[in-house]
Amino acid sequence: MAENTKVAGADLELIDVRKDFPGFTALDDMDLHIPAGQFFALLGPSGCGKTTTLRIVAGLETPTQGQVLIGGKDITNSKPHERPVNTVFQSYALFPHMTVLENIEFGLRQRKISDYQKLAKDALSLVELSHLGERRPQQLSGGQQQRVALARALVNRPSLLLLDEPLGALDLKLRRQMQIELKAIQLEVGLTFLHVTHDQEEAMDMADIVAVMNKGRIEQMGAPEVLYDRPKTAFVSKFLGQSNLFIGEVVEKNPTSVSIEVGGNKITVAKKRAEKHTGKIAIGVRPEKVDFHESKPRLSADHIVVGPGEIIDIRFTGVSNQYLIDIPNVGQVTVFAQNIGKSPETELGAKVWVSWKIEHSYGLADLPDGTEEA
Amino acid sequence: MRKFSIGRYVLPLYSLLALVFLLIPIVYTIIFSFNDSTRSNTVWEGFTLTHWVNVCSRQDVCEALNNSIFIGLVSTLFATILGTALAIALVRYSFKARSLVSLSLFLPMATPEVVMGAGLAGLFFNIGFAPGMVTTIIAHIMFCLSFVVVTVKARVQTLDPTLEEAGADLYANPRHVFTKITLPLLMPGIVSAALLSFALSFDDFIITYFNSGSVSTFPKYIYVAASRGVPAEANVIASAVFILAIVVVLATQIRGALKRAKLAK
Amino acid sequence: MAFAAFSNDKPTKDSSTKRKSGPVVLALLAPGLIYLMLFFMTPLISLVITSLESPDPSGAIGSYFNDVNFSNYATVAVDYLPQIMRSFGYAFAATVFALIISYPVAYFIGVKLRSRPLTQRLMLTLVIAPFFISFLLRTIAWKQLLSDDSGFVNILHSMGVLAPTQFFLGTDAAVIFGLTYNFIPFMTLPLFTNLERLDVRLLEAGSDLYANPRHIFTRVTLPLSMPGIISGTLLTFIPIAGDYVNASRDFLGSSKTSMIGTMVEADYLQNLNYPSASAMSVLLMGVILALVTLYVRRSGTEDLL
Repeated sequence: MAENTKVAGADLELIDVRKDFPGFTALDDMDLHIPAGQFFALLGPSGCGKTTTLRIVAGLETPTQGQVLIGGKDITNSKPHERPVNTVFQSYALFPHMTVLENIEFGLRQRKISDYQKLAKDALSLVELSHLGERRPQQLSGGQQQRVALARALVNRPSLLLLDEPLGALDLKLRRQMQIELKAIQLEVGLTFLHVTHDQEEAMDMADIVAVMNKGRIEQMGAPEVLYDRPKTAFVSKFLGQSNLFIGEVVEKNPTSVSIEVGGNKITVAKKRAEKHTGKIAIGVRPEKVDFHESKPRLSADHIVVGPGEIIDIRFTGVSNQYLIDIPNVGQVTVFAQNIGKSPETELGAKVWVSWKIEHSYGLADLPDGTEEA
Repeated sequence: MRKFSIGRYVLPLYSLLALVFLLIPIVYTIIFSFNDSTRSNTVWEGFTLTHWVNVCSRQDVCEALNNSIFIGLVSTLFATILGTALAIALVRYSFKARSLVSLSLFLPMATPEVVMGAGLAGLFFNIGFAPGMVTTIIAHIMFCLSFVVVTVKARVQTLDPTLEEAGADLYANPRHVFTKITLPLLMPGIVSAALLSFALSFDDFIITYFNSGSVSTFPKYIYVAASRGVPAEANVIASAVFILAIVVVLATQIRGALKRAKLAK
Repeated sequence: MAFAAFSNDKPTKDSSTKRKSGPVVLALLAPGLIYLMLFFMTPLISLVITSLESPDPSGAIGSYFNDVNFSNYATVAVDYLPQIMRSFGYAFAATVFALIISYPVAYFIGVKLRSRPLTQRLMLTLVIAPFFISFLLRTIAWKQLLSDDSGFVNILHSMGVLAPTQFFLGTDAAVIFGLTYNFIPFMTLPLFTNLERLDVRLLEAGSDLYANPRHIFTRVTLPLSMPGIISGTLLTFIPIAGDYVNASRDFLGSSKTSMIGTMVEADYLQNLNYPSASAMSVLLMGVILALVTLYVRRSGTEDLL
């Protein structure tokens, strides 16, 4: 099916888009550019504006201001049916009064495409449901309905495919399977995908680029591994994976690094990995990058050592052990220790020190909510 | 465990008795359509099919029936169109006077027939419009309207707006969204509203009595005939209508129940 | 993972399902509302105007002139007091009886038969079956079945409930009986619609808390079915108060059972006393509106519609 071009989609550009609803602003002057052929994920919690963004692109919502461009063409004022965009809705929105095949044919017939029957059948076989074409959507399982919804959108070969939490209603196992299939289909058809989700694993798993949204704004955008390795705000560091954050005044600065003082401990971050170099700043580290020791470790200067503290909680999750360590005057630190058989004989209440490499620290541009500015 | 359970025996028995109570006069009416009576049809005089075979031997009954069917069809058509539009507007659009519109649609249902009948008759009298077929139809559209709105509204409320958005997203212009998605999905509600409307119109007596002038309808015929005895032909017509209606309703109910059972599997 | 806890993201859902007003909504609303104005509001206003008219000085029957004559109201209130009392008395009694008969039936069909959808549908069809056959003929059927030489009356005589010279037809009881019978489906249907959606888990929770079935009924089931009871009683009470067919002497009543509707019909169609008929109608409408307002305060219009 994908014999022609690898990139069949078009790029999407949002310029200064704003959406006000009575009482609140859903989108706050958003700029966004998604290159053609990308799998792009908008990630964020409930009410962050990601669904509004999607609906504006689909034409189901009119922006208060700003422009929407697809393939360089301004479509801000086009009606939904005039846009080269198709959506896989969260509830699938399959037409209950039509068969599966009629659902898939719908868009083609609206555009008066003559060989709609063959195209619809091809799309149905792409999602491996050829045998269910005559069924009604209500007779299908959730996963099957999801695939029909996908086929119904894909068959139109839109410049841009919008996915509104399409996997949200599926159970975990099916969701993982559909993620893999969806990604494979995207690579096969080469369309631009804009995927909206609140599931950070799903976003990181599938997308080429992830934009984390919060309160109507994009907090940070980039490749999943970059976002995870170097979150720039407290929101991103907490929403995408888990973080240990340390807040303190900058007490030491040199050409390559910045250090803060927290409860008598010095915590350092490389300057190029820090957004802010003066005043009160937050430095974070991912739990799996942290080690703990039962005696104060003697480590080289490229390590940070904090402690001693007390283990107040241990959770066994199979792949790793999660330790919660309370360090006086510093706070609680989470440590993930991979479960590779040599489990340390550590017990609740043990006295430990934690350490990590300076290169794993990251400095945030802001402070977590609830921390007063200095 | 309680030995005696209300839910187990008393409730089904009570319900059964209540239903029998509801059905007694219906059965009576049907039985007396076979009564070999000539005039009053109050005493059982033997079984005959004559009245069924020659229903229209009494021309006045059949004329009344024809009028009732005609009035029912025309008023149902208009009431259904007007009411469906109102129902869609009420559920799908936000506008300032919404609760006022809701209230003014509720009011006709809260108006006793005799008040609406006298009011309309007064209006027609005051503007010098002679009562007849047209005034009857106008009156019937009026009292059916609110019931259509209520029935269709319930259906519109269950309609997922995303389906219409999906239609627009799949290149259907607003007109096609309406004809290919909205309307087919609302159809069950619209059909029940139309059936209800027809039933209300067909069985209406009081408002019709005030506004029909010399035009006869089936209920009006029975009311007038009641003092001297209703002919068995009226029973025949009522029984035939009843059997037809009940067959249609039962068929759709059974089909619906089976379909649901199938989907539940 | 801790992050899967975020629920669905639909901040705009509520604002998007309701579209803004525009030419479309006007086109949808206008025909129906204009119809309502012309043939509902105008007649009501015309009734009020007519109810204040005075007889033409010429004395010609059916001739009146525009006036602000409130004495029509005083006249009907005095002359027709028995009819007014009867109408609301009958309506009250018949509504109570209809509720007593309908509630258990609606509960049985709506709750107990839930596990058997086919039986449920069949029973429901039987409840609405009376709608498919002329209510006048059904009432006439009762008239025959309860007539003076019927088995029913014979039994009442032999039991001594009725004296040998007394009969059932033409009494208050007969009219209330007919009204109750004719309006049972109007009571049962809204009750069923409500009870059909009753969450049985709440009853189970109730039995957990109160244990006593009677308390579960009065503290859980009954309050939850209140909206159904309200719309059922309104749908029954209002038409009964305006009915006059059951009370008519050709049906179940006699000259001693005349109701407001009887008088409106007589004044309007026979006596051509339009002001009196109109005053009576306005009075009836006023009382009913007052009652509805009282009810609406408790439930809200949207629920009623």
